[in-house]
Amino acid sequence: MNDQIIEALQAQFGEEGVYGLGESHGILQVTTAVENIVPMIHFLYAHPVFKFQFLTDLAGIHFPDAKGQELGVIYHLHSLENNVRLWIKAYAPIEEPNFPTITGLFATANWMEREAFDFYGIIFEGHPNLTRILNMDEMDYHPMRKEYPLEDATRHDKIDELFGR
Amino acid sequence: MSEIALVNNPNVGLDKTQKGGPYVNELSTLNLGPTHPATHGIFQNILTMDGETIVDAEQTVGYIHRAFEKIAERRPFYQITTLTDRMNYCSAPINNMGWHMTVEKLLGIEVPKRAQYMRVIMMELARLTDHIVCNSILAVDTGALTGFLYVYQWREFIYEIYEEMCGARLTTNMGRFGGMERDFTPVAIEKIQKLLKELPAALKEFEGMVMRNRIFMDRTQNVGGISAERALNYGFTGPNLRAAGVDYDVRAMNPYSSYEDFEFDVPVGTKGDTYDRFLVREEEMWQSLRIIQQAMDNLPEGSYHADAPHYYLPKKQDVYHNMEALIYHFKIVMGEIDAPVGEVYHSVEGGNGELGFHLVSDGGRTPYRLKFRRPGFIYYQAFPEMIKGTTLSDAIVTMSSMNVIAGELDT
Repeated sequence: MNDQIIEALQAQFGEEGVYGLGESHGILQVTTAVENIVPMIHFLYAHPVFKFQFLTDLAGIHFPDAKGQELGVIYHLHSLENNVRLWIKAYAPIEEPNFPTITGLFATANWMEREAFDFYGIIFEGHPNLTRILNMDEMDYHPMRKEYPLEDATRHDKIDELFGR
Repeated sequence: MSEIALVNNPNVGLDKTQKGGPYVNELSTLNLGPTHPATHGIFQNILTMDGETIVDAEQTVGYIHRAFEKIAERRPFYQITTLTDRMNYCSAPINNMGWHMTVEKLLGIEVPKRAQYMRVIMMELARLTDHIVCNSILAVDTGALTGFLYVYQWREFIYEIYEEMCGARLTTNMGRFGGMERDFTPVAIEKIQKLLKELPAALKEFEGMVMRNRIFMDRTQNVGGISAERALNYGFTGPNLRAAGVDYDVRAMNPYSSYEDFEFDVPVGTKGDTYDRFLVREEEMWQSLRIIQQAMDNLPEGSYHADAPHYYLPKKQDVYHNMEALIYHFKIVMGEIDAPVGEVYHSVEGGNGELGFHLVSDGGRTPYRLKFRRPGFIYYQAFPEMIKGTTLSDAIVTMSSMNVIAGELDT
C-alpha cells in the first residue's frame, strides 16, 4: 500500500513535490512544501482507494539548526478502511511560520492547530479561532521552542553535562 | 426527553440553529465551571442560554497544564513514565505500558510472552477501573448514588492488585522497559481470581439497577448524540466512537502486546448518545473480564522481563550484590544511555480512546520531541456541538458520559 501511495502522490504532485520519503515500523512518511499541504490532504481524503479520512494527530516540531525550515508540522493521517497510517511533514521558516489550516476538512484540527500555535507559534491561516489553548492568554512566547530551556539557566548547582542532559 | 418535558418546553419547534434567533427569551450567560462538582475535573464552559436551552458553549481548558511535553524533552526515557501516569489517572497502567511499548519499539526490544500477557491483564484491569468510574459516576449524575457504591468497592479492590504489582495505587509507574518490574505474587494471583469470580455479580447488580431503569433511560437516551460521520471528523476514538457505530478499536486493528491471542468482541452502538456510550462501556467491562480470564488461564511460563540490561532496571537485591547490576542501575537512573536515532509512533487503546505516543529521537538521552495523542483533548472539542439545543441537565450528563479526564486533556 505504501508504494501505491508514493506513486499516486508523485503522479499528482510531481517528483519534486514529494520528498523525504521514509518508513518507520510500517508508517510511511513524506515531506512536502507548505503550499501542497491542503491539496495533498484533500487528494488523500477523496481518493477512492486510500481514503485517509481520519486525522489522528497534528504535531508541531522545532529544528533550530535547519535554516529556513525551522518549524515543522507533522500531520498524522489514518485510513481506517485500509488500516494504513501516514505522516505528512512540512517545514516553514521561523520568521514566517505560516501554514494553511485544515479545519475545513477536519473539525478535529481546530484544537490541534491551536495547540501547535500555542506551543510553537505556528500560524494557521484561515483558522476560525487561533488563540492559545493550554497556556494563559497573557503569555508572550511559545514555550516548546528549543531556545527556551526548561530550567533556570542561571543556576550553577546543576551542571547538565554531568547528568547527560 | 420524555413526552411530559416536551409538552412543558415552550421552545420546542423553534429553529435554534439560525444565528441570532429567533429566541424565546432574552439570552443569558451561565458559567459552568471551572470548579463545578458535576464536571468532574477543571473545565470551564461559558454557556449562552435561551431560558433553559443551551444556544452555545465556549470552552476553556488548560487549568492544570503541567507542560509534560516540554519536561519530557529534558528527562531520560526512564523518568518519563511517571509523567504518563499523571495524564489519564483513571487508567494509569495503560499509559505507563503504552509508553514502555513505544520506547521498546524505538530500541527494538523483544518482550517475552509472559510479560506481554501480564501487561494485558494489568491493562484490562485498568480499563475496568476506568469504565467503573465513568459509568457509575454517570449514574450518580442522573441521581442514582447506590449503584455507584456497589461497583466502586471493586475499583478499590483493583487498586489493591496494583499495589501488589507496583506498590502504588493511583499514579502507578508500573512496569519497566522490557517487561514488568516483578512477577505476579501469590497474593496478586489470588486477588485477580477473586475479582474474576466476584466482579460479575456486582456488575450484574449494577446493571440491574441502572440499565433498564426508566429514569436513567429518560435522562440518557437521545441526549448528547453524535453521528458516526461527525464523530470521525472530530477525531473520536474509543468507546465514544464505538457508541456512534464505528468499530475502531486499536486492540483489534493494530494488536500490540499479544492482543491477537485473545478472543473478544468490540461492542458498537447505533446512535452515539449518552445511553449508547454507557452500554458500550458496560459491554467492554465484560469483554475485559473475558480477556483477563483467557490471559490467566494461558499465562505462559518464562521470564517476566526481557534480557535488556542496558534499559531494564535491575532488581534492588542485584544492585547491592552484583557489580554489573550496580553499573546499569546507575546508568539507567542517571539517564546516561543514548537511544538510537529514529521516529516511532505507538498507540494503545486507552480507557477513553486511542492513546498515542509520537516519539522523535535524535540519538540523545532524552526525546527530541514527544507528542502525546490524548484522546480526551481531541474529542472534548465536540462538546458544544453535542449539547446545542439541549438543557443544562443534559449537558452535565453528556459531559459525564464522554469520560473527559482533566489531567489527560491538559497534559
